[in-house]
Amino acid sequence: MTNTDWPLWEVFVRSRRGLSHTHAGSLHAPDAELALRNARDLYTRRGEGVSIWVVPSSAITASSPDEKDPFFEPAADKPYRHPTFYEIPDGVQHL
Amino acid sequence: MTGTDTTTAPAPTGADAAVTAAALALGDDALVLAQRLGEWAGSAPVLEEEVALANIALDLLGQARVLLSLAGDEDELAFLREERAFRNLQLVEQPNGDFAHTIARQLYFSTYQRLLYAALAAGDGALAGLAAKAVKEVAYHQDHAEQWTLRLGDGTEESRRRMQTACDALWRHTGEPFQPLDGLDVDPTTLEAAWLESVTAVLTRAGLTVPDGPRTGAWRAGAGRQGLHTESFGRMLAEMQHLHRSHPGATW
Repeated sequence: MTNTDWPLWEVFVRSRRGLSHTHAGSLHAPDAELALRNARDLYTRRGEGVSIWVVPSSAITASSPDEKDPFFEPAADKPYRHPTFYEIPDGVQHL
Repeated sequence: MTGTDTTTAPAPTGADAAVTAAALALGDDALVLAQRLGEWAGSAPVLEEEVALANIALDLLGQARVLLSLAGDEDELAFLREERAFRNLQLVEQPNGDFAHTIARQLYFSTYQRLLYAALAAGDGALAGLAAKAVKEVAYHQDHAEQWTLRLGDGTEESRRRMQTACDALWRHTGEPFQPLDGLDVDPTTLEAAWLESVTAVLTRAGLTVPDGPRTGAWRAGAGRQGLHTESFGRMLAEMQHLHRSHPGATW
């Protein structure tokens, strides 16, 4: 594969009873069709009822680590931004 | 188990014997091809393809175990028979060659196997249950082979040439699968037209020429099912059976 372009693909898998697609990993494949098949072998063991998304890594735009601070600063000094002022009834669990 | 050679399959009588013989033939197909695909471990063109070929080999080995168990003791049948007692098609024993040869062999065989298992699963014969389970695996094998045939045929000039060479080289072994096989409630002869149509469609889409040579080569006609095999098969068996024969009766 020295002279062949095998780009990187990101794989997202929704398990049989899962609610959402979760990033499972990445793999190399020449195109989307084979990326799907490889993902099936590598990440689902061909279990039935799962859904797979493959996305070329180049299509993903990630937030920059350099801009992490302005991007994700939680503004903790502005408590009115957080929904923390509700009384929670005693009977409610798992909240 | 003893170290003596089991040179012939167990021999029940009547209809059961025919079913047993058919299970042995189909089991040998799967066993021998699984062994060939296992040879790719560590040598496939890319890691992902390595996993795919291993997956297919494991599917086939699973089929072989069920089928050989119907015919007798699976280990004894796999490891203690001589070449002449194997009933596999000559197609599956062909050496891996380059990747294109392996893909051509997969395309020819999995297309046949899918048609056969689908027909068996639709019936109510002794092998219907097994076939219903295996046909899903085989559909994946066929899809995998088709995908690669398309890419190699429609790839570079070099890959196209190699894929064509492989398709041509294995063509003479593609008549044997469709010879009548006692014990099946499906006549393989009836599957041949669909096989030819399917393979022709894939090769055409891949920009390849459908080979025009004979599909059964003279003295080779139907020989695998009668226990007559091609030259490299003995060496493959020697490797496969070596450990078992060196330590007869061992458990693992």
